[in-house]
Amino acid sequence: MIDKRVTSLDDAVAGVLDGSTVLVGGFGNSGVPVELVHALLDQGATDLTVVTNNAGSGETDIAALIREGRVAKIICSYPRSAGSVWFEQFWLAGKIELELVPQGTLSERMRAAGAGLGGFFTPAGADSLLAEGKEVRVINGRKHVFEQPLPADVALIKASRADRWGNLVYHSAARNFGPTMATAAALTVVQVREFVELGDLDPEAVVTPGIFVDRVVRVAA
Amino acid sequence: MTGVRRGVTHEQIARRIAADIPDGSYVNLGIGMPTLVADAVAPGKEIVYHSENGVLGFGPAPAEGEGDPELINAGKQPVTLLPGGVYFHHTDAFMMMRGGHIDVTVLGAFQVSERGDLANWATDEAAMPPAVGGAMDLAVGAKRVLVMTTHTTRDGRPKLMTACTYPLTAAAVVDRVYTDLAVLDVVADGFLVRELAPGVSQEELQALTAADLRFAEDLTVLGA
Repeated sequence: MIDKRVTSLDDAVAGVLDGSTVLVGGFGNSGVPVELVHALLDQGATDLTVVTNNAGSGETDIAALIREGRVAKIICSYPRSAGSVWFEQFWLAGKIELELVPQGTLSERMRAAGAGLGGFFTPAGADSLLAEGKEVRVINGRKHVFEQPLPADVALIKASRADRWGNLVYHSAARNFGPTMATAAALTVVQVREFVELGDLDPEAVVTPGIFVDRVVRVAA
Repeated sequence: MTGVRRGVTHEQIARRIAADIPDGSYVNLGIGMPTLVADAVAPGKEIVYHSENGVLGFGPAPAEGEGDPELINAGKQPVTLLPGGVYFHHTDAFMMMRGGHIDVTVLGAFQVSERGDLANWATDEAAMPPAVGGAMDLAVGAKRVLVMTTHTTRDGRPKLMTACTYPLTAAAVVDRVYTDLAVLDVVADGFLVRELAPGVSQEELQALTAADLRFAEDLTVLGA
């Protein structure tokens, strides 16, 4: 029998190792798996590489992980959001490494990892500083830069509902990076608002098939 | 602030841009000034707005205290979903952008070069961490790239130049530039001024631009 449901946030993040690469869903404050990130904070893994669109703001979730010195490196498209004071402070002090990636490239690198591809050529950034040190090739008359896949040890994402097989549906724009991140990590952990019975999710509407999911945990809305 | 205000208002620039967006277009508006364009579109035109975080067909902000806190646009402002609007994930959102499915994007700029190079993601300040977001994907992928900007910086330095001095977002992508002083096309041999704001002479515009300007034979008045 397959049952990917776990009963606690502690169980959801159990076993994450120091030095892991962790994908964290969310765009701004939409779709951030706040409770899972806090569980990882309690769990204790450190020296993490965190892959996420923004670098957290205020004192919660990713900002808290950075504040506690647990993030060695962040791979990110837009770390400079309102209230991203902990990231800025650590970056200015040279205490966190930043790999800046155009947003579509960030998403596509994870997709390539999940899809078993060895990377891709994209025109995005090919004429920019972000192409430095990378192979640039002219394809159909246009410069493209080669980008590597971005696989991870763990993905932490937020969905709306799940069944015990880990099939997922999301809520509005909170979906953002979730479906892609779910495919790119060795261990995909999902927080949802509600568990439903097998068969209750419309198979035409399932966004992430459970094959990409390892653990689901319910968090009160 | 100095005494006499030159050029047209941001709202007038937005109206001018909106007039250039065909009915039925899929449009991505950059954060900041370009968001004014949505309010300037004539009633009756059906424009579908795309947001990089995975929304197509979003509408105005919800009433205070209402709406869905997870339903935001690229500027992280709350929005609503219009009937027919859809959600999708980030990789699909950028497939739409990079893959040439967006008809028009309106972007802000720090600098634009006469060959259509765009610099809108980084200046030369080293005191802040760099951030790029979706700017590069949008600039290389949209079918038509329109720039909305003030003609000069706050301290009067030109933003339109022979070559950008700030780091490029993308090379040779800008089709048309709309400023408070003029509407300029990027053509094979540089900037071609199509429209000039009331009370601004060709000489004045040239003096505020760090590239050689040509003026269209059928030059018209901006905002007329």
